Amino acid sequence: MSYVLIIGAKSDIAQAIAKKYAENNYDLYLAARQVNELNIFAKDLAIRSKQTVQCVELDILDTASHHTFYHALPEKPEGVITAVGYLGSQDLAQTDFKETHKIIDTNYTGVVSLLNIIAEDFEQRHSGFIVGISSVAGDRGRKSNYIYGSAKAALSAYLSGLRNRLYSSGVQVLTVKPGFVATKMTAGMALSPRLTAQPEAVANAIYKAQQKKNNVLYTKGLWKWIMLIIKHIPEGLFKKLSI
Amino acid sequence: MNLTSWGNYPLIENKAHPFTQVKDLEDILAHHEDLIPYGNGRSYGDSALSKHIIQVKPHNLFLDFNETTGQLHVQAGILLSEVLEVFVPRGWFLKITPGTKLITVGGAIASDVHGKNHHNAGCFSECVAFFNLMLPSGDIVTCSHTENTELFKATCGGMGLTGVILDASISLKRINSRYIKQTTIKTKNLKETFAAFERYQSEPYSVAWIDCLAKGKGLGKCLLMVGDFQADGDLNYHPKSNLNIPFNFPGFVLSKLTVKLFNWLYYGKVFKKISQQQVDIDTFFYPLDAIGHWNRIYGKKGFTQYQIILPKETSYEGLEAILSTISKSAKGSFLAVLKLYGKANNNYLSFPIEGYSLALDFKIEKGLFELLDQLDQRVIKYGGRIYLAKDARVSQAVFEQGYPQAETFRALRRQYQMHEKFNSLQSTRLGL
Ligand SMILES: Cc1cc2nc3c(=O)[nH]c(=O)nc-3n(C[C@H](O)[C@H](O)[C@H](O)COP(=O)(O)OP(=O)(O)OC[C@H]3O[C@@H](n4cnc5c(N)ncnc54)[C@H](O)[C@@H]3O)c2cc1C
Ligand SMILES: NC(=O)c1ccc[n+]([C@@H]2O[C@H](COP(=O)([O-])OP(=O)(O)OC[C@H]3O[C@@H](n4cnc5c(N)ncnc54)[C@H](OP(=O)(O)O)[C@@H]3O)[C@@H](O)[C@H]2O)c1
Repeated sequence: MSYVLIIGAKSDIAQAIAKKYAENNYDLYLAARQVNELNIFAKDLAIRSKQTVQCVELDILDTASHHTFYHALPEKPEGVITAVGYLGSQDLAQTDFKETHKIIDTNYTGVVSLLNIIAEDFEQRHSGFIVGISSVAGDRGRKSNYIYGSAKAALSAYLSGLRNRLYSSGVQVLTVKPGFVATKMTAGMALSPRLTAQPEAVANAIYKAQQKKNNVLYTKGLWKWIMLIIKHIPEGLFKKLSI
Repeated sequence: MNLTSWGNYPLIENKAHPFTQVKDLEDILAHHEDLIPYGNGRSYGDSALSKHIIQVKPHNLFLDFNETTGQLHVQAGILLSEVLEVFVPRGWFLKITPGTKLITVGGAIASDVHGKNHHNAGCFSECVAFFNLMLPSGDIVTCSHTENTELFKATCGGMGLTGVILDASISLKRINSRYIKQTTIKTKNLKETFAAFERYQSEPYSVAWIDCLAKGKGLGKCLLMVGDFQADGDLNYHPKSNLNIPFNFPGFVLSKLTVKLFNWLYYGKVFKKISQQQVDIDTFFYPLDAIGHWNRIYGKKGFTQYQIILPKETSYEGLEAILSTISKSAKGSFLAVLKLYGKANNNYLSFPIEGYSLALDFKIEKGLFELLDQLDQRVIKYGGRIYLAKDARVSQAVFEQGYPQAETFRALRRQYQMHEKFNSLQSTRLGL
């Protein structure tokens, strides 16, 4: 059977994705740091789906380990989905470069390091899919979270370039731009229910878009139109806004 | 939003405390009193209601499964319906299942539920190898038929009053079909009904619908349905999708519907005295689950289910008395469920004893509780008891006469300071 590699598998969105792919008869590698905490989740998935579910240790910031990590997988995956991310604190990041660094490295540098390695393999094999979870926050920088937003913008640009490069090898790249999702990352924030998706809905949308070989996915779909408007607000006006 | 029980009666203000991880539950226990565990709220009365409610349902992972023995270890929030979805296609079924699959494993243990095979398979505790229980202290103990047996006997049927069941290992049974071969027997009165139950006792599953409006000679006329799994190798089980009742319904619509249904089945030309059908798992075991939220049919005031059991020796006389009181009262649902049960177990508060059990729904209305008090007196007179999983109103005195081990249960609650942490409306009413 073919494996899907899920990066940042402790994320609520990633877990919903894992369920969705297991239900659809994919075997899974779940990669996360302190991955032993995922054993019980993996066992549950394996019992429900009868698929093979393996946990693999990975720290996305430890870029030196990425080559070994990927080439030690017992069988190369058919696809990879990355859900690692770190929102961090905008206020702290403005004054403490360590926090800025962590936000950039978790959302961008680390992901790029790993995807570079995987892209080489997929390109040579002329098959595979790559799903990167970016964010609507990357579509335009706002004062409330532009450090995170700029890292996601970089990731979106990277994924776009990767898609362009791998097109001729038949490798699919899907950029996912969630709006608000009810997860650990947003716990405690007052989010409008109309604009907020459940992780299961995001997972369903990602599965569908990936299977249909789509390029970019906004979820909820409404965000596509919201971001279209936000992107087109003239800078002279935008800089005065608090949104 | 306040949590409610299946009967939508009583309604109380409460705060829900959901947990997924055991460490979160420790936190909940450390900070609140008057807590009671809550599974999927399929108990009819007030056994899962209190000021602070521990929601166990999010604690719902499959922990282990042994493909050869059929031993399944799950967290307590797993629903029986989830077990069926995963395991029926692999040829496994629940050893014991109640008439709804929409309950949690924790709730199944706490009510020590029983099903259509009680006469030969007993209560849910029979299929439980062990469970882990969190005590008021936050300590976790493993309980089984051989380990911490007092806690095991108190917790199975203990209505959530001994602590929180965290996870349990239950054994499944092999099946070779998703179909049941059912025989339906039509009887004319209570005497024939009793005789039919005795005659078909070797059938693994049995239950009867009885007509509660019938009077005089027809008192106790019923449709008895017995059956067993087919062996055709067809395990292609897909749970039926549900109809839903989206809002509270006027009660009279329901009685008209059930009257029609019963008469259609009973007098229908197709129906010989004895007939055979092939039905699937959901139709045979869970007919009511086909309509989601059918409890809304009873309207805003809610309803209660009255379920009693009488010892076999007094069942005939007792049921005659109880049924005629009900049919005279012109209250109560048109249909009631009747079943012959097997031997009682040793658990302190498990409901079943060897004899006949009767269950029927009553919408909450003026004069109802007076009627039920009257019925209680008959139940006591004939040596019977009422089922706590369905109850919202029985008095402490009536409860105690039916459950001789109530005091043992109380003593154990005091020993572990359970009475200081875990209380429901029901336990307060019953002085537990
Ligand atoms: C349509 C229908 C048909 C039914 N048929 C039958 C039948 O045939 N036979 C039968 O025996 N019952 C039957 N019942 C009753 C039902 O099976 C029981 O009430 C069962 O306990 C409900 O489980 P639940 O998960 O919904 O728990 P709840 O209703 O939420 O709680 C029930 C009790 O279990 C306790 N509890 C729940 N979870 C835990 C836990 N993890 N640890 C400790 N205590 C806990 C609660 O405190 C409460 O006292 C039926 C109910 C319905 C609605
Ligand atoms: N929730 C939203 O509203 C929203 C909106 C837009 C985009 N997104 C994006 O969606 C993705 C999933 O997020 P989520 O909402 O599910 O939040 P989440 O639960 O916080 O997931 C983020 C995951 O990244 C992992 N991670 C962080 N640093 C890591 C590292 N160094 N090595 C390995 N793993 C690391 C975290 O693992 P640990 O548990 O080990 O910390 C965590 O599981 C993220 O990329 C996020 O940016 C979310």
